[in-house]
Amino acid sequence: VGHLHLSLGTSKLWVPDSIRGPYFLICIVQVEILDAKTREKLCFLDKVEPQATIAEIKNLFTKTHPQWYPARQSLRLDPKGKSLKDEDVLQKLPVGTTATLYFRDLGAQISWVTVFLTEYAGPLFIYLLFYFRVPFIYGRKYDFTSSRHTVVHLACICHSFHYIKRLLETLFVHRFSHGTMPLRNIFKNCTYYWGFAAWMAYYINHPLYTPPTYGAQQVKLALAIFVICQLGNFSIHMALRDLRPAGSKTRKIPYPTRNPFTWLFLLVSCPNYTYEVGSWIGFAIMTQCLPVALFSLVGFTQMTIWAKGKHRSYLKEFRDYPPLRMPIIPFLL
Amino acid sequence: MGRLTEAAAAGGGASAARSAGPPPAPLSLSSTSPGCAAAMASSEEDGTNGGASEASEEREAVGKRRRLGLLATIWLTFYNIAMTAGWLVLAIAMVRFYMEKGTHKGLYRSIQKTLKFFQTFALLETHLKPVETGIYFMLLTCDFFCLFVCLQIVHCLIGIVPTSVLVAGVQVSSRIFMVWLVTHSIKPIQNEESVVLFLVAWTVTEITRYSFYTFSLLDHLPYFIKWARYNFFIILYPVGVAGELLTIYAALPYVKKTGMFSIRLPNKYNVSFDYYYFLLITMASYIPLFPQLYFHMLRQRRKVLHGEVIVEKDD
Repeated sequence: VGHLHLSLGTSKLWVPDSIRGPYFLICIVQVEILDAKTREKLCFLDKVEPQATIAEIKNLFTKTHPQWYPARQSLRLDPKGKSLKDEDVLQKLPVGTTATLYFRDLGAQISWVTVFLTEYAGPLFIYLLFYFRVPFIYGRKYDFTSSRHTVVHLACICHSFHYIKRLLETLFVHRFSHGTMPLRNIFKNCTYYWGFAAWMAYYINHPLYTPPTYGAQQVKLALAIFVICQLGNFSIHMALRDLRPAGSKTRKIPYPTRNPFTWLFLLVSCPNYTYEVGSWIGFAIMTQCLPVALFSLVGFTQMTIWAKGKHRSYLKEFRDYPPLRMPIIPFLL
Repeated sequence: MGRLTEAAAAGGGASAARSAGPPPAPLSLSSTSPGCAAAMASSEEDGTNGGASEASEEREAVGKRRRLGLLATIWLTFYNIAMTAGWLVLAIAMVRFYMEKGTHKGLYRSIQKTLKFFQTFALLETHLKPVETGIYFMLLTCDFFCLFVCLQIVHCLIGIVPTSVLVAGVQVSSRIFMVWLVTHSIKPIQNEESVVLFLVAWTVTEITRYSFYTFSLLDHLPYFIKWARYNFFIILYPVGVAGELLTIYAALPYVKKTGMFSIRLPNKYNVSFDYYYFLLITMASYIPLFPQLYFHMLRQRRKVLHGEVIVEKDD
């Protein structure tokens, strides 16, 4: 067993490997981490294996700077470039024997699961406050009274079911490719969801609520739309979950399965969004409440933006992507 | 060429500089990460790429600007000259009125038609923006708006100015709001001094701004116009904001008394709206917005006039 140092600056160790043969060559790389803005040298790691992933480097970096846990770190080859992925291997990157990585602090992070649970639990709870007409909302004589309209009770069931479904999906169905998001998102998201929930619930459960113009017919039709879209949305989530094995981050083109609700994949890249919009339109027709319609519109706008983005990345990643598919609305959008 | 990214006035009311604001966009516009199989209908944000995408959008916008066709340049030049002329006409009308009558009472009435014409004409600006976000700004109808609908269709096809639809939309809509929803609709306040305050601020601002754009388009920008644009706002912006706030404040009693623009329950669509509280909230919204825009313009000023390199704070 001997040591050999080459003048190129790479440290090479000849180390015996009893499995593969007498000697096994390992290259060792050095990594320096600089601040992307100030170019200040933050950390120098020597004796890093070339097969090390960015995730491992992040862990090493956290040891010297514990306030920057790995989820907060953005490491990149160029100060203004794209962030490197956790799975990227050092060896495969265009670096020399000393890799220079630039660090940017992403700010406090919070896990997706936490955000989702908080933003969905809020509307569930808030709507029920209005449904049961707790004091200080409507006026003393209405406290804890109940609406005489069937549709109001139905709406409560639908709304609650929707958010319970979302909570359960967050816990048991979804597989997230990112672990965390910036902390400020939770405030933004919760304001949106909780605010709209309160606004809708206020009018639907108001003592002066006016039931739909076309009566039971309208409610039945709307309920059918709502239920179908909820089932559809759930089917898509399950199909997407089955597309990706647990713990992996592989990406595949989703295709229709035996479940008829997934046949929408033939026409649309993101049928989960399509069904979601459909659910809210159903709910709006059922309650005939303008704030619900506005909420659907805002949600539709946002989901269209996401769907277009995802559609574009599908097209970029897969050459054989089905050409008939549109992002969110079949044939149109 | 065309508007600069900040598309902000050199001064004037909050609405004038609003487009300069760093976009505190209400909707998260970052797209989902590719293949995030379980991304649900809530704010999905790829935190790492948020800043990069905005930066690249700006770079793309600069590139777009350079590629402005001849026709677009001619049109924009005409538009900016027309707006400069329009605001000059307004300014002259105001000065003449004051010289003749010696009072500001009745001033608004005499200039309102011109004001509405040119302010509403500014709606065009919304549609000079790239329409990637697909958000079109539906605005109030008014007598003169019909004339500009045809022009807006033309503008949609062009999409040459780099400012985002959202930012410009906010700016234009707040102007429209002040002119149509407050000053026009609430007659008793038209003789208030605060109206003159913001009118003067807007007029000087817009003349400087549009002549700045005109000369930039013609690649022949006299230094004093640039100087004016980046210095007048220091005084004019607070003055304009003061004028606007005082006007809204003066309007409050009338709104409460008449219950105008309000919808009460019960009604078929189960919605209600109280214009009085809406005005209060609008006034309150100046508190977070005004400093942001003001300091943004100050930073722009340091960058443009003094060549300082400003390191933007990370998102």
